[in-house]
Amino acid sequence: MSDLPDYTQRLGEPVLSLRGISKNFGAVSALTDIELDVHAGEVVALVGDNGAGKSTLVKILAGVHQPSSGVIRFNGQEVALGSPADALNLGIATVFQDLALCENLDVVANIYLGREQEPWRLDEVAMEVRAWTLLNELSARIPSVREPVASLSGGQRQTVAIARSLLLEPKLIMLDEPTAALGVAQTAEVLNLIERVRARGLGVIMISHNMEDVRAVADRIVVLRLGRNSGVFTPEDSNHELVAAITGASENAVSRRMNRKQASEAMQ
Amino acid sequence: MSQLDQVKSETPPQALDRSDVRVRHDEGIRGTVRAFIDRVRSGDLGMLPVAVGLVVISAVFTALNPVYLAPNNLVNLLFDCATVGIISLGIVCVLMLGEIDLSVGSTSGLASALFGSLWVTQGWPLGFALIAALVAGVVIGSLYALLYNRLGMPSFVATLAGLLALLGLQLYILGNAGSINLPYQSPLVMFGQILMMPKWLSHALGVLPGIFTILVGMRVIRRRREANLSAGGMAGLLFKAAVLTAVIEGVVYYLNLGRGVPWMFGLFVALVIIMDYAFTRTKWGRSMQAVGGNKEAARRAGINVRRIYASAFILCSSFAALGGVLAASRLASSSQQAGTGDVNLNAIAAAVIGGTSLFGGRGSAYSALLGIIVIQAIANGLTLLNLSSSLRYMITGAVLAIAVIVDSLARRSRASHGRA
Ligand SMILES: Nc1ncnc2c1ncn2[C@@H]1O[C@H](COP(=O)(O)OP(=O)(O)O)[C@@H](O)[C@H]1O
Ligand SMILES: [Mg+2]
Repeated sequence: MSDLPDYTQRLGEPVLSLRGISKNFGAVSALTDIELDVHAGEVVALVGDNGAGKSTLVKILAGVHQPSSGVIRFNGQEVALGSPADALNLGIATVFQDLALCENLDVVANIYLGREQEPWRLDEVAMEVRAWTLLNELSARIPSVREPVASLSGGQRQTVAIARSLLLEPKLIMLDEPTAALGVAQTAEVLNLIERVRARGLGVIMISHNMEDVRAVADRIVVLRLGRNSGVFTPEDSNHELVAAITGASENAVSRRMNRKQASEAMQ
Repeated sequence: MSQLDQVKSETPPQALDRSDVRVRHDEGIRGTVRAFIDRVRSGDLGMLPVAVGLVVISAVFTALNPVYLAPNNLVNLLFDCATVGIISLGIVCVLMLGEIDLSVGSTSGLASALFGSLWVTQGWPLGFALIAALVAGVVIGSLYALLYNRLGMPSFVATLAGLLALLGLQLYILGNAGSINLPYQSPLVMFGQILMMPKWLSHALGVLPGIFTILVGMRVIRRRREANLSAGGMAGLLFKAAVLTAVIEGVVYYLNLGRGVPWMFGLFVALVIIMDYAFTRTKWGRSMQAVGGNKEAARRAGINVRRIYASAFILCSSFAALGGVLAASRLASSSQQAGTGDVNLNAIAAAVIGGTSLFGGRGSAYSALLGIIVIQAIANGLTLLNLSSSLRYMITGAVLAIAVIVDSLARRSRASHGRA
């Protein structure tokens, strides 16, 4: 965990700041006392094993779930995210892991869902043009935006979901395993996109199991384990440390294999 | 696709939505027809089952009794369509969300009783009594919305309870007399029984849909061209408008051979057109489809899902109340029988037969219009044959079963063709 304090000081006030966030589902404590800061123009990767609570945290920030306790500050103001509409209005856009698209609606309708232009006389032409623009920015391979989303592949749906989150010109964008269903070119495109979004000064929270992707774009790596903070790292920190934080043990199969690999590399 | 077409479709500048070579683009009249056939094959049946059904029904009944197709019999049929059709329009709203209102019959009966008693017995002005009946509908719908949104009570159960409770209230209002006669000379009863559009007006209104199709279509084509999107040609548009106008004018001409086009049916069609606009061209309609398709996705998109449910339940009960008042005007009485019997199921069946899915997320205002015409066509034919109501119920039940089967099969076919 090298020189983190310097780094965060350089970034100034965080856009988003969580203190003591906990979430219980009945007897299950999905999250306990989570602390998290995201600055403008910063990509924070959220990593952790399955069930660590990453998606739950994202859903709290998206207003889908309400925290059992804790404080959320956005742009320095304490905020209550009582519903998804609250989060969207603040400028928090989310690409959910369980894709939140309406299969019976076409691509344009999904991208504009809840944000349609001219509520009393939908402007289909303008919406279609903007939809194509967003999709082309993502190099999407979508044959027709007038087909129901049900006819798209998993990766195409993922792209639609990402395009949707960009529509709102958000201040903070959260992507929950955005590349899980994507092909090689599309994954690269999404990572490029994350860098472009950062360059525009947005805060980004990205969840991924792919450490290569994480290291490629993240400024900081926040590890969750069993619903608790388990350390903050930079991409320069060793895989060994990261794996230890994720699994909670310095001695395990993964770390042993890593050690063997490093040892054999050292011998060559 | 011929060599020539290939070249033509690849000449720059390429339309924004034509960059993917995998999609076939249908243009012109042939394209319109071809796209229609493709849609049907994939399970997007649209109006086809209704059209086929109507042809079969009228062939059978005309063979059994030639009076069936006489202009004046069809005029009667349209009068009967209007009342239950308006109730069915409300049912489309709740079905769109994958919910149901089983109490529309009782709501219409209650509205009819309330209207009759306020207007005739209490001596209220007609307008106030009408408004009171509609307000009753709004209150009932709000109650269902409250039970659904706040207590999570399934609409199936809440409205089943409502069916009984509202029927009880209707009987209570009518008291021992059991029925209230409405004055024959009043404008409302005339509206429900004899008022016809002037012939010239019915023909003039008949060309409007075609004209609007062309005007709106041309505007869309122009705007799409400006935005560098592909736009269909004028040929397909003119073809559509011509077919539409020919069909409507033909029907209007035929009805005018008899008594003409009832104003009450005109009101029904106007409401259908308004609701169709609301469903397809407004943010509210888009939200309705979204909530019906995937409630959680709609919520995460920032849609106020509760408000959408409330709007649907309230609209449904209000249309039911309006239908009840019109039914009273048609019969010139508010009685204990109003809204009982097959009113409920006919209203629900009409929406489903017309193509609104029971599973939510798919529906159209026109399904109420088409579905109720099918149902009344059957009921009218059976009445002409002097068949008992026992047989009528069985046949209508069978038709509903067929409609639901068609809906389920089409849904499966859509799923396998990726059309949700
Ligand atoms: N809606 C829910 N109801 C009950 N338990 C939940 C719910 N959502 C998540 N959980 C629990 O919270 C924990 C964290 O889940 P999640 O946030 O999805 O993990 P992940 O890090 O894999 O995204 C899991 O133990 C899961 O079972
Ligand atoms: Mg997850």
